[in-house]
Amino acid sequence: MLLKGVALLAGCFIMGQLMGEVLGFWIGIHSNVGGVGFAMLLLILSQNELNKKEKFHSEMENGILFWSKMYIPIIVAMSAVQNVRVAFTNGILAILAGIVPVVVCLFFMPILLKKETN
Amino acid sequence: MELLIEVLDKFGLVFAFLCVGILMYFSDQLSIILTNKKLPGSAIAIFLGMVLAYLGGSVTGGKNGIADIPGFSGFKLMGGAMFRDFAIVSTAMGASFAVIKKTGAIGIISLFIGVIFSFLSGTLVAYLLGISDAESLATIGAGSCSFVVGPVTGTAVGASSDVIAISIGAGVVKSILVTIGTPLIAKKIGLNNPKSAMIFGGLMGTTSGTAAGLAATDPKLVPYGAMTATFYTGLGCLLCPSVLYLFLKAIL
Repeated sequence: MLLKGVALLAGCFIMGQLMGEVLGFWIGIHSNVGGVGFAMLLLILSQNELNKKEKFHSEMENGILFWSKMYIPIIVAMSAVQNVRVAFTNGILAILAGIVPVVVCLFFMPILLKKETN
Repeated sequence: MELLIEVLDKFGLVFAFLCVGILMYFSDQLSIILTNKKLPGSAIAIFLGMVLAYLGGSVTGGKNGIADIPGFSGFKLMGGAMFRDFAIVSTAMGASFAVIKKTGAIGIISLFIGVIFSFLSGTLVAYLLGISDAESLATIGAGSCSFVVGPVTGTAVGASSDVIAISIGAGVVKSILVTIGTPLIAKKIGLNNPKSAMIFGGLMGTTSGTAAGLAATDPKLVPYGAMTATFYTGLGCLLCPSVLYLFLKAIL
């Protein structure tokens, strides 16, 4: 039962990544476009379908929940394997070219939020 | 000693679980003692992870952070793209499809704004610091989108390798800044609901930075932010070497 949840997650993951690769191939850039997003949508949709048929058991949920709880530890490991050194050895240009866009884009946040609520 | 390192490398993933567990316990204690839980333990753990990455990179001269130090190779697998994406997808469980559908349009708009304005502000910074050829400007501007878009664009337009290195540096700085900065400014910019998380993901891109920053802010927001951010790199790879590069060439 537990593994059924993990298998559902894995199935959605592979399908979604495949869709991302195909989309990337179609538009002519050889990289994955939105694979994670497609996989998430598939997981949400299949969970909704199974819920409707009352086939989504709590044990299945636990299998997926384990991975979503592993998320932060995995991110910690990920940050420990980043090329942090290169970010700080490329001097002021790399640092400014990384900081300025974040600040500029943050200015659009309230505008877009307002637009959405109107 | 050699035997120990051999064992640690052989069971690398398991050893990485142990190390991260210890690091997170330590971070939780720091969060309580030093900041009275104001700064979440996970944010401290991510920051410490980056300190380890810096130390690893400085000691070995490699580019895989701590994973380049013998015995710690398992970090590469645990923190690699496969586990990261798998865990991100799993956070979608329980996310509301209705919200995603409703916010979809503004999410797409925020993606375009995010890519175009990151690119333009990055090129402007590079221009002001004395770079003037369209190829290098486009590459650094693309690096301001993310550390994947930078090299992809640089290769496409034929930029030199040191410019590509700068673009990667810019992308990594951005991802670090978003990771550490998100929990600190979340309240100020109203980042407390799925809608704002989707807009935020579209504006910032950098799936790793956005996802890590949101995780430290409120784990419930991760799927929404990651949902839009995951399309950012693709859109950047699409726009930067084509439309945006040609635009730069035209105005220079």
